[in-house]
Amino acid sequence: MMPDRTTPAQRSPALEFRDVAKTFTLHLRGGVQLPVMAGADLAVYPGECVVLGGPSGAGKSSLLKMAYGNYRCDDGKILVRDGERTVDVAAASPREVLSLRRRTISYVSQFLRVIPRVGAREVVASAGREAGLPADAAMARAEELLSRLNLPERLWDLPPATFSGGEQQRVNIARGLIAERPILLLDEPTASLDAQNRAVVVELIRARQAAGAALLGIFHDTDVREAVATRVVDVTAFRQSSLAVAREVTSTH
Amino acid sequence: MSDALLQARGLTKHYGARTACADVSFDLDPGEVLAIVGESGSGKSTLLSLIATELAPDAGSVSYRMRDGVMRDLAALSEAERRALMRTDWGFVRQDARQGLRMAVSAGGNVGERLMGAGARHYGTIRGTALDWLAKVEIAADRVDDPPTRFSGGMRQRLQIARNLVTGPRLVLMDEPTSGLDVSVQARLLDLIRGLVAELGLAVIIVTHDLAVARLLSHRVMVMRAGRVIETGLTDQVLDDPHEPYTQLLVSSVLAA
Repeated sequence: MMPDRTTPAQRSPALEFRDVAKTFTLHLRGGVQLPVMAGADLAVYPGECVVLGGPSGAGKSSLLKMAYGNYRCDDGKILVRDGERTVDVAAASPREVLSLRRRTISYVSQFLRVIPRVGAREVVASAGREAGLPADAAMARAEELLSRLNLPERLWDLPPATFSGGEQQRVNIARGLIAERPILLLDEPTASLDAQNRAVVVELIRARQAAGAALLGIFHDTDVREAVATRVVDVTAFRQSSLAVAREVTSTH
Repeated sequence: MSDALLQARGLTKHYGARTACADVSFDLDPGEVLAIVGESGSGKSTLLSLIATELAPDAGSVSYRMRDGVMRDLAALSEAERRALMRTDWGFVRQDARQGLRMAVSAGGNVGERLMGAGARHYGTIRGTALDWLAKVEIAADRVDDPPTRFSGGMRQRLQIARNLVTGPRLVLMDEPTSGLDVSVQARLLDLIRGLVAELGLAVIIVTHDLAVARLLSHRVMVMRAGRVIETGLTDQVLDDPHEPYTQLLVSSVLAA
């Protein structure tokens, strides 16, 4: 918790995209270029929950994946505040990105991608241990989150591969939230949840925000979006500039 | 100042006119798992042999941080130093267990032999440690006196792992450790390797053509083609956002990795 709401740390962004560009080149499709975004500028401050808006395919998920280092960034900077220093994810070494993931950035992806054959509780607890929680604390916190997200206890020791979409998503949320890192990226965490579980996720998100985390997320569900967003940023603007760049490139050929 | 455990610089090897390995450089940190992926003939196994000093490079060098913290060029080690390193601080898990095990010696003997090679002399201690390791790799106590010729493929690989890890190495090389095994056996072996690597904080260089193995085990991946490293980076980044045409082909050829 930040003792003073206007400390310098709070006035500087936890996560900042500066002039970020991303284009996919599909070599197996004759090298066709898919511009996703260009000139993307966005800053997320501690205590904020910035929601990305815009139609599907506009590059919202790509933006989150670039911040997590899962997708590469073609141009620009993605600055992450990591304690006293700032790391540019776009230029960071694999080792630095892995260190950010352990200490600074959590990411709840749209789909659970976990190690096969590992039980749900262990999937969550191991994420806690990776973040530095002692084994018993990680286990206790995993159980607390899974209970809170109404995942039946009889499923805890089973690998999530056979779970329903909603059950997998709740395991994924627990995994993403077990470590309380200063930046939280959320890619439609409530997409396949019922109203009761959506409400739990909203509470968890608000708690992270109140604790001073910087949140950046995608929420198609209007109720959830209204409940958590402190600001909505339409990424269509980034998309248009990328198409403009693509047109320029094409016309110079 | 780098605190790398191993540094490869400009490793190059030709077989006649064919380039098996061209100017490969990388650093490996302690506890880091690096996967080398590519198809047959890409040079990945040659690279592993160069790192293991089983092949002499035409150019380039491999340096390793010895237990005393000093970085040494492996080519400059005496033969005795090199062998001592390979049988204590390094492990090498082979694709073909027959190359990594002594097939006529009992399972317990296979593990004990490496301990003796590392200087252990007390029979009771050696046998006790060997038994502990065989249990760790899930080889039942009543199979300890059997030679690996009587073991299944999966058991042989588990025995190789025990034989290699019993001396507490900091670096383990693995050459396609799961290929040729039934899928269910592969899965169990991968779970075992993943658990041990995490528990022991091992640095690993694993050669595999299986991208799912790379995704499951490695932090970082190097994609090789025709002897060259064509793409390298964080494993999930290279597999989810591949840039090179060949990497895109490899990734797209996998069924739901």
